[in-house]
Amino acid sequence: MRIKDTLENYIFVLPAVIIFAIFYIIPFIWVFQLSFFEWDGILPTKIFVGLGNFREILADKIWWQSMWQAGYITLIALTFQNALAFLLAWACDREIRMKNFYRVIFFIPPVLSEVVVGLVWQWILDGNYGLLNNWLVHLGLPDLVHNWLSDPRTALTTVAIVHCWKGFGWGFLIFLAGLQTIPRELYEAARVDGANAWDSFRKITIPLMIPVAVLVAILTILGTMQAFVLIIAMTGGGPAYHTQVPVLRILASMRGSSRFGYACAQGISFGIILVAISFIQYRFSKRARQYQ
Amino acid sequence: MLTKILLFAFCLLNLSGFHPQSTAKNATTITVWHWMTDRQPAFQELAKRYLALTGIKVNFELYAPSDAYSQKVRAAAQGFNLPDIFGILGEKRDFASFIKAGHILDLTPYMDANLGQWRNSFFAKALAVNEFAAGNTYGIKVGVYAAPIDVMTIQMLYNKDLFRQLGLNPDHPPQDFSELLDIGKKIKAEHLQGLVSGWGEIWMIDCLANNYAFNIMGKDKVLATIRGEVPYTDVDWIRVFSLFRDMQESGVLAGGIVTMVNKTAEQLFANGKAVFAFNGSWCVNVYKGMNPSLNYGAFLPPEASDKFPMSIWGGAGSSFMVNARSKNKEEAVKFLKWLTDKDQEAYLAEATNNLPANKESVKKISPVLAEFASVMDASTHPNVWGVSEFSAVIEAFDKGIQSIIIGEKTPEQVAAEVQKIKERELAKRH
Repeated sequence: MRIKDTLENYIFVLPAVIIFAIFYIIPFIWVFQLSFFEWDGILPTKIFVGLGNFREILADKIWWQSMWQAGYITLIALTFQNALAFLLAWACDREIRMKNFYRVIFFIPPVLSEVVVGLVWQWILDGNYGLLNNWLVHLGLPDLVHNWLSDPRTALTTVAIVHCWKGFGWGFLIFLAGLQTIPRELYEAARVDGANAWDSFRKITIPLMIPVAVLVAILTILGTMQAFVLIIAMTGGGPAYHTQVPVLRILASMRGSSRFGYACAQGISFGIILVAISFIQYRFSKRARQYQ
Repeated sequence: MLTKILLFAFCLLNLSGFHPQSTAKNATTITVWHWMTDRQPAFQELAKRYLALTGIKVNFELYAPSDAYSQKVRAAAQGFNLPDIFGILGEKRDFASFIKAGHILDLTPYMDANLGQWRNSFFAKALAVNEFAAGNTYGIKVGVYAAPIDVMTIQMLYNKDLFRQLGLNPDHPPQDFSELLDIGKKIKAEHLQGLVSGWGEIWMIDCLANNYAFNIMGKDKVLATIRGEVPYTDVDWIRVFSLFRDMQESGVLAGGIVTMVNKTAEQLFANGKAVFAFNGSWCVNVYKGMNPSLNYGAFLPPEASDKFPMSIWGGAGSSFMVNARSKNKEEAVKFLKWLTDKDQEAYLAEATNNLPANKESVKKISPVLAEFASVMDASTHPNVWGVSEFSAVIEAFDKGIQSIIIGEKTPEQVAAEVQKIKERELAKRH
């Protein structure tokens, strides 16, 4: 009877396992296998190159430039985007008027299509007929008029800021949920003990929000490092290589150069880097919990 | 328990779409995959006519944008489930790989039947793109592997009204490069936008750069460079790179051209906001849709040298291949023959404003389109050169030109970088 029950349970789990294997495990194994081959994605024959693709990645300057650029966007997202998300969540957690309205408004950007957001911002930032330059002229700041997306000095930062605008809503939502779990009695007790708003924020809100901040940081790093749709829509990775990010390089290897093996090796390398970052973050969050 | 399992299995099979009837295929249905959004209504109309004529149903399935289409075709090739007729977007080496993998039917016997009646109906340049000549470096058997549907040429366009505004003769586009640079200075002084093109998508930079390479050093030297016999650091190549710096400095190029996609460039030119455009003959249809009253003309890129003639990219715009593994391949070939016959080609040209591949169909085309057709003799295409440059070199070449335009690198620096990548790729192959 017990064996029959166990078997029955396994049979019901089987479809999920099959789907998981077909869509996750088998493709992963194929990607791993392909990373040791040179293959154009069409021919039935593949040439075994061993670790050749990985060695090439180590010497691929553009790949590492794209990694650095993704890191730069991530850094801006970690600081500017998350600080903004936290401040807005903190404001909406307090008794302010129309707070529900703000909660909805702040969550609109993340639910919009990245392609649409990219194209709209491209239109706003257009160097010739963009709204931003038009406003700058009307505000008496014609010296600031600029080809925001075509100038290598501003392209990456501009893309990073738009990415932050698009993504801060997720952080806002998680921070808000975290803030709402802090017992109000703690603030009341602190007030009775003579603490002012700043003291309460520093001594209650910040320490209790550390685990939430770590979670948001992990999600921000993983999400931002893999960003590419917005960048394709805004700059296509240009000018030159100035807004290239790792996923765009993987796409370029696969679609532009028809080097599927190299693209897979890039994907594996990038995955390893992301896993390493996540592991470090995990250790960090564990420490933060211990501190709490 | 058994009932539960059977019920569960039934639900699963239904969800997975397994249906005995769905496996039965209609032998008289031909499926065509394509990416040409603007041609879908015309294709569907032709499919209706073919059904009425032969009783054979033709399904034109549109997959856009072209990037997504390319991926779909590659994925289908891997799964051996390509449709009866399809097109390939990519370089000649991709085309060759599809043939080597046995996905494409050799159309040579059909082309040559009846004293080459089908072959002779096309413009030679249109067919050349789909041919593999003797001694080709791809190792493909000599033959024709696709039927061209339309032809295209890529050249310069100018807005006649803006020319007038600049005090220029609207019937006299620039004849040489220095004249173009002089107009650039006027454009700059008038705060207008100069040349717009999809240089953010980079292949169009490659196109113009190669036009000038042919003009400055001739075809033989360009092909020798691709074969690795002439370095990109050669003085002629540096001159090609320098032209882009000169265009940028004179004001010929529109601001933001390095990240501009062709759709944006087409909108700017169609709305009269740019003096020049660099675009293919398909633009006639696009501009007509965006601004029917646009007053413009086409001209060859102004020569930078009198050593060799200017050569523009042209030839087959889109072509269809027959799946060699298709059960309907004979029917598919018959349909392709009918589709590329003069009446159908004339209908396509009229309905879509594209240049027909069938030379007997060039009758009723607009004056601007005729300007594109008239330079067909001056056209060439990488797919007819018999050798292909490495993708990594093409990327470095095009991105390098972007760097020159944004003032980040000199032509000499870019030439050195491109040559370094060329040597790396050559070393890999030896």
